[in-house]
Amino acid sequence: MRIPPRQVQTLVVGMLGGATLLTLAVLVFIVVFVLDKGLPVVTWTFLAANPEDMGRAGGIFPIIVGTLLLPLLALGIALPLGVGSAVYLNEYTRETQMTRIIRFGTDCLAGIPSIIFGLFGLVFFVGILHMGWSLLSGGLTLAIMILPTIIRTSEEAIRAVPQAYREVSCSMGATRWETVRKVVLPNALPGIVTGVMLGAGRCISETAAVIFTAGTVAQMPVSAFDSVRTMAVHFYLLAREGISGENAYGTAAVLILAVLILNTVAYWTMHAFIRRKAR
Amino acid sequence: MRLSADKFAQYTFLGIACSAIASLMLIAVFSLKEGLPFILWYGPVEFLTSTNWNPQENQFGVGAMIVASLWVTAGAMLIGAPLGVAVAVFLSEFVPRPVMRVIKPAIELLAGIPSVVYGFIGMMVLAPLIRRHLGGPGLCILSAAIVLGIMVLPTVISISVDAIGAVPNSFREGALALGATRWQAVRMVVLKAARSGIVASIILGMGRAVGETMAVIMVAGNTPRLPHGLLEPVRTLTANIAIEMSAAIGRHREALFATGVVLFVVIMGLNSLAMAVMRRKGAR
Repeated sequence: MRIPPRQVQTLVVGMLGGATLLTLAVLVFIVVFVLDKGLPVVTWTFLAANPEDMGRAGGIFPIIVGTLLLPLLALGIALPLGVGSAVYLNEYTRETQMTRIIRFGTDCLAGIPSIIFGLFGLVFFVGILHMGWSLLSGGLTLAIMILPTIIRTSEEAIRAVPQAYREVSCSMGATRWETVRKVVLPNALPGIVTGVMLGAGRCISETAAVIFTAGTVAQMPVSAFDSVRTMAVHFYLLAREGISGENAYGTAAVLILAVLILNTVAYWTMHAFIRRKAR
Repeated sequence: MRLSADKFAQYTFLGIACSAIASLMLIAVFSLKEGLPFILWYGPVEFLTSTNWNPQENQFGVGAMIVASLWVTAGAMLIGAPLGVAVAVFLSEFVPRPVMRVIKPAIELLAGIPSVVYGFIGMMVLAPLIRRHLGGPGLCILSAAIVLGIMVLPTVISISVDAIGAVPNSFREGALALGATRWQAVRMVVLKAARSGIVASIILGMGRAVGETMAVIMVAGNTPRLPHGLLEPVRTLTANIAIEMSAAIGRHREALFATGVVLFVVIMGLNSLAMAVMRRKGAR
């Protein structure tokens, strides 16, 4: 028996649509589940108080501070390196053996799992460079981790700047560096912001690499050599050791909200960027 | 003066551009330096094939963990690959552009959700369901495979969507002009043309599944024994490192770094394979 192609198509499209709905349903379920259980716990005192009794009581203020400082430090290191790499690859060279090696390295780095970054940070920054479990070790490790993300998004942003802009700049006698600084980078800025948001999102979601390098001390850091605890780590410790279900959900809710906001801003800036370019 | 500044900028950028490859080298060198001597001391064959992991008695075989990682990854790909490719095909071929613009970022959001949250929901929702309806402890290969199968979706979907998008429109038009339905055009022409990109997306997804740590720790049960069924608890390579590292010293610590070396080699192999597949057909 042969089923007419039209009916096959209807059937298949139905199945593909079902798969898409299922995927979206999983996303909605995760977000709603966490927010539903967690949001009632999130009050101003929860956000502004210190954790007490290993996180059973009190709030998450030093943990929020840690979650802000660590990505800031990581981005402070990865942003100049990533944007600089992207500028070199697009503005200063043609496709050569060298650029192929650089791109290969970037792609490989992007595929390395976070636990390997954690092991490396533990040996190199914590051990050999004597930084200990600290903000600095964690920031450096995460900087390497998000470097490929920053390079890729910056490259795309820089490539989207019309060639005519560069030609006009050069025809007015500007050097290549002046063109990069005054024409290319300002026009690529929104795309670079997208990379920053995505990088920050990866940093605050990360757990394994952070535990290995920044430690788990839930106190206000005073210097770059103090250990910090991020929200993802705090959530993991509370949930896995079964210390406090309630505060775990509260932390997860704040974490998910932060991730949602970062991703939305990233998408929105990129979209605005593309629209402006299309005009 | 301006020209020398220009030259200076050029060399600075070249130096900066080497940062990624330099980081990769550092990671490779230090992973090997910490782990390789142990593997040679313990015996590579013994280390990789023995299923006896008992640090108190100096038994460091990771065979059971390798098998566990294989099972969990295979299970994850059985769920994630068909689902991901189906979503990618639907989004790129059967949905109007404006709808795609809303759904694609939502799916990319799945990649942004922290892995601990996936693990936690797996532990709280999925594991009890499996325990009640299928038996066993609930924290097992099946739970881990389902959680990882969901976690690889964004990787599979976004790379597959790019690959399908790179197929020239004239291919589709040609098939439609010959009287094919849209689905026939997709199945016989578009998917064939985008094959290498789709395969690469699956391999990269596999890399993510092998390397995932926190979610797996929370749902796989973590018993370092050879599994005999889908409902038994297992410990993967990544979980082994993360669970024991904080308390490990001496040989035990070296054995964990050696576990990291095994993981590193597997991941680099998968990445190179994905890149080779993508390059072969030149699909971006």
